[in-house]
Amino acid sequence: MKLRGIVDVALALAYRQITVLLKNPSLFVPPMLFPLLNFTAFAGGLSRLRHVPGFDFHGGYTAFQFVFVLLQSAAFGGVFAGFGIARDFERGFARRLLVSAPQRTGIVVGYALSALFRWAMIAVVLTIVALAVGMKVGGSGVDLFGLYGLAIIFNQVGLLWACGVAMRFRSVQAGPLMQTPVFMVLFLSPVYVPLHLLRGWIHAVARVNPLTFILEAGRGFIEGQPTDVATGFGLALGLAAVFAVWARTGLARAERAG
Amino acid sequence: MSRSDKGIHAEGLVRRFKDVEAVAGIDLEIRPGEIYGFLGPNGAGKSTTVHMLTTLLPPTAGRASVAGFDVASEGPKVRAAIGAALQEAALDPFLTGREHLRLQASLHGIAGRRRDELIEALLERVGLAQAGSRKVRTYSGGMKRRLDLALALIHDPSTLFLDEPTTGLDPQSRTALWDEVARLAREEGVTVFLTTQYLEEADVLADRVGIIDHGRIVAEGTPARLKAEIGKPTVEVVPERPDELDRLRDLLRRFGSETAARPGGYAVQLDGHGDLPAVIRALDVEELRAAEINLHQPTLDDVFLAKTGRTLEGADEA
Amino acid sequence: MSRGLAHQVALIARRSIVRTFRQPGTWIPPLLFPLMLMAVNSNGLRAATHLPGFPTRSFLAFFLPFSFLQGALFASGIAGTDLARDIDTGFLNRLALTPVRGSALLLGQIGGAVGLGALQACVYLGVGLAAGVHIDAGLPGALLILVLAVLIATGWGTLGLWLALRTGSGEGVQSQFPLLFFATFISSMNLPRNLIEVTWFRDIATVNPVSYMIEGLRSLVIVGWDAQALLLGFGFALALIACSLLLATRQLKVRMTRT
Repeated sequence: MKLRGIVDVALALAYRQITVLLKNPSLFVPPMLFPLLNFTAFAGGLSRLRHVPGFDFHGGYTAFQFVFVLLQSAAFGGVFAGFGIARDFERGFARRLLVSAPQRTGIVVGYALSALFRWAMIAVVLTIVALAVGMKVGGSGVDLFGLYGLAIIFNQVGLLWACGVAMRFRSVQAGPLMQTPVFMVLFLSPVYVPLHLLRGWIHAVARVNPLTFILEAGRGFIEGQPTDVATGFGLALGLAAVFAVWARTGLARAERAG
Repeated sequence: MSRSDKGIHAEGLVRRFKDVEAVAGIDLEIRPGEIYGFLGPNGAGKSTTVHMLTTLLPPTAGRASVAGFDVASEGPKVRAAIGAALQEAALDPFLTGREHLRLQASLHGIAGRRRDELIEALLERVGLAQAGSRKVRTYSGGMKRRLDLALALIHDPSTLFLDEPTTGLDPQSRTALWDEVARLAREEGVTVFLTTQYLEEADVLADRVGIIDHGRIVAEGTPARLKAEIGKPTVEVVPERPDELDRLRDLLRRFGSETAARPGGYAVQLDGHGDLPAVIRALDVEELRAAEINLHQPTLDDVFLAKTGRTLEGADEA
Repeated sequence: MSRGLAHQVALIARRSIVRTFRQPGTWIPPLLFPLMLMAVNSNGLRAATHLPGFPTRSFLAFFLPFSFLQGALFASGIAGTDLARDIDTGFLNRLALTPVRGSALLLGQIGGAVGLGALQACVYLGVGLAAGVHIDAGLPGALLILVLAVLIATGWGTLGLWLALRTGSGEGVQSQFPLLFFATFISSMNLPRNLIEVTWFRDIATVNPVSYMIEGLRSLVIVGWDAQALLLGFGFALALIACSLLLATRQLKVRMTRT
């Protein structure tokens, strides 16, 4: 009964979020454009980096960057959905949701579903563009399933983080707080070259950055040489679990605030 | 600066926006020192008219002059002679009240000690002396409107345009603003062109009123004359005993023709066969006890209704 | 510039600068973000210095000039958003009702962007020097970096004003920014043009004026005195100012229809 209630609320909210998104292209275009821009700039402008001695990724620089940009778009897709949650609070819609939803956990699930939908559209476009410019895919169908599976989990991680912030602050002014940590996590990882080619403090930080393992697992998938799969998925799921609690406790705070 | 003796004139003023004729031919003749109330519902053309007279928008057709200067060909001279507090308070939330006044005064060429003295005098006059060093984003709506008025007055204009100046203000702030506007016209001879949606505001402040609807002036005159032209007072009586309604009806019919009344009561529009005291005397003679007696004077809304077939307050739904 | 016009420009510019710096939440993040990116990229892309033909051993020295450009882009957004707010609130109408000239309005509004650009330039240069960047052109070169950086900020700031006058809203200004970022990304921001492998990317970077602005600044840091790079850098910065000013002036006439 409780599960049914959660599902009902989640589907209703996801439907509304998706409808709003489809009717407002301006909400949709920037999250689409930025990953494409990054992909173009990194894969197009930095491809010579594959000639750096020790660059041992054999799937081509386009594929190397595609994985990063895919994960980046997944994370920021979740964060942009978090902006929407904050806007809903500012406009009073979220308060109405809290009053009318019989199972409030469904609210978080609904936002998560809509974030996934939003990102899925971006991922499709990104993939088509990458293939069109000649990206080599060394992995099998299973490998690619693993790659997109990682990205889906990372999208939810981004959403759950942003959702928790949005529900605590209930204002779009918390936008930078949603974005900045995600940006830092993304860029303090092996963005441009493999981990072993990083030097100095950034190497030390990237070594302990969970995204590094997720990224390397993803790159292994696309290259067709899966590596650190268990670690990658384990960390991704672990982050998702931690931020699910963060989001749910954020919801509780929003409930108490009225 | 001496007060201009030229007022505001307009002949066949028109403004079109693509297919929409927002102002469809307006004639105006406003004397120096007069407070002219420009009344009409949302979308009637009030703000567009103000924008043309203040040179912010060129007319599509027609002519107008303010303080003796043509609005189309002598824009800078018009702007030097007018002050305007437009529909939006138009303030920078990050500047203080004093900084606003300083910028405005400096742009009008007022400098040095004279500028500083003017600023302090104006802040005192509009009741913002204490708040002058605070940023405008900390001001209430009433304070913003008062600062707006001060900004419009800093260069001692002969003509003042106030576009819905009391919208959103509490009654106290509204009354304070009315007092200041009346004083400006009465004591300093400033010509005031005031647009408003509030009947009471036009009634209390304006020497003359022009009512605009769909871009045209549909009535013009003093509030008293307009109301007298259109309407006669109505007397409404509710009998203490409902079974006496028929007798009441027969009595009141002697004083005028039937008009709408609330349930359980009866009303007539007085047609010259007696006034309220006469009605009361008649009730007394007939020993008809009234639970309630109301006298309704015609309002500007009644004027608008007579001229356009709609009430002013419901006009923007049309 | 006549004395009257200069006075009006000074009044509007003063207000623009005061207004900008009274919004720390608006200008501090754009000041810090390029520094963050500088820190991350200078280390993350250090391996690029091992590529044959890379012009310097320090990627920080190579990347530093891009920070000025990125800062200028943010300043542009702030200038545009502030003007859009003036249009939205009617403050532009208030100014239009004074004797202020249109040209003074425009030139004055740029003041905020210039002020912020100057601050950003000083901060980025200071941080670069503190992190060990050596300016090959010496002290005169460092001063010229500041001048060029401010000119670039002025050009982008004026572009932001044009966007504000065109769209009349802050959201309209912000929505154009992906395009401006695109212009900066497809340039020699991360690698010298001769090391860009992908032909179409290199071709676009070659015709992109942003590349020359970056290279003008970069030449002072890693080469010393390169007349061609400086001519091109200054030339494109001034051309950007001229084009943006022309566009903004035209758009102001459309937006401000006073007689």
